[in-house]
Amino acid sequence: MGKKKKKVPGINASSTADISFILLIFFLITTSMDTDMGLARRLPPPPEKDQEEAEIDVKERNVLNVRLNAAGNLMVNHDFIDIKQLRARAKEFIKNENNLSSLPEKHMKHIDLLGQCAVTDKHVISVQTDRGTSYTIYFQVQNELVAAYNELRNELSKAKFGKPYAALNEDQQVAIRAYYPQKISEAEPKNYGGTN
Amino acid sequence: MPEMNTSSLPDLIFTILFFFMIVTTMREVTLKVKFTVPAGTELEKLEKKSAVSFIYVGPPTDQLRATMGSTPRIQLNDRFAEPGEVMDFIAEERATMTDQAAQTVSMKIDEKTPMGIVTDIKEVLRKSWALKINYSASKRN
Repeated sequence: MGKKKKKVPGINASSTADISFILLIFFLITTSMDTDMGLARRLPPPPEKDQEEAEIDVKERNVLNVRLNAAGNLMVNHDFIDIKQLRARAKEFIKNENNLSSLPEKHMKHIDLLGQCAVTDKHVISVQTDRGTSYTIYFQVQNELVAAYNELRNELSKAKFGKPYAALNEDQQVAIRAYYPQKISEAEPKNYGGTN
Repeated sequence: MPEMNTSSLPDLIFTILFFFMIVTTMREVTLKVKFTVPAGTELEKLEKKSAVSFIYVGPPTDQLRATMGSTPRIQLNDRFAEPGEVMDFIAEERATMTDQAAQTVSMKIDEKTPMGIVTDIKEVLRKSWALKINYSASKRN
């Protein structure tokens, strides 16, 4: 039995491309490129143990009461309004362009890069919800309020620096934020003529 | 005409494959609740993935509805939980993080959830000093 010298044949690798294509397609499909987005908010720190949550004394003109009932109706101070009007209403309140006595008081404050400005930094937007209010309405209200702040900040930054807020450097953003600080307070939910 | 040399094609494809393998994040938890997050315009990207904890709120999935009912529930990791358990969950999550000050809680809450349950969670979050929160949402134009 003579041994024949055999050449070891190379593995046919022509299908490697196909196999890796299949794997590639699998990962392509399962990848969700996680664009996890959301509305960033900051909660107030918890109340001190020995004291009840202190009712901070704020003047009535400095507060914008936004109330939501279980049916999803929106009430701002004493008016029922539509959610589409909320942004304009909030902007008017925060800005108080004509220094009206019904809107938040202004006082002079020195801000780096902006100099002396009359700001309404004592204002508070208070959002109150009912336990039965649907989350989506609450979210839309939050979204509109944040939008109002963002628009005001953009207007100011375009006027002062000629660029939108997002394009400013860190110091400039701090200055703009000092001019329009976000003051959205969330009280405990109450029952406004709703269920449970 | 000579045939094109395709011997480097597998390598090319492998490179792309590795790219996708790395960027892919398989969801670590199996969802027991179903939710549609609300749509908003003023959204920010969730930064620092390693410091994010997720809380899911919504009605149980169709398979679990028979046993769990259809009222909105909270899901932490792989199980249903009560609002009170959120505190332990936050503490556990925080212990595993390197940058504990950056801890962010992303809340994926179904649109139709009543605010009561959301407020309960928020109260517990305040007590556990997890103050940076993010209401997960989808982009709307």
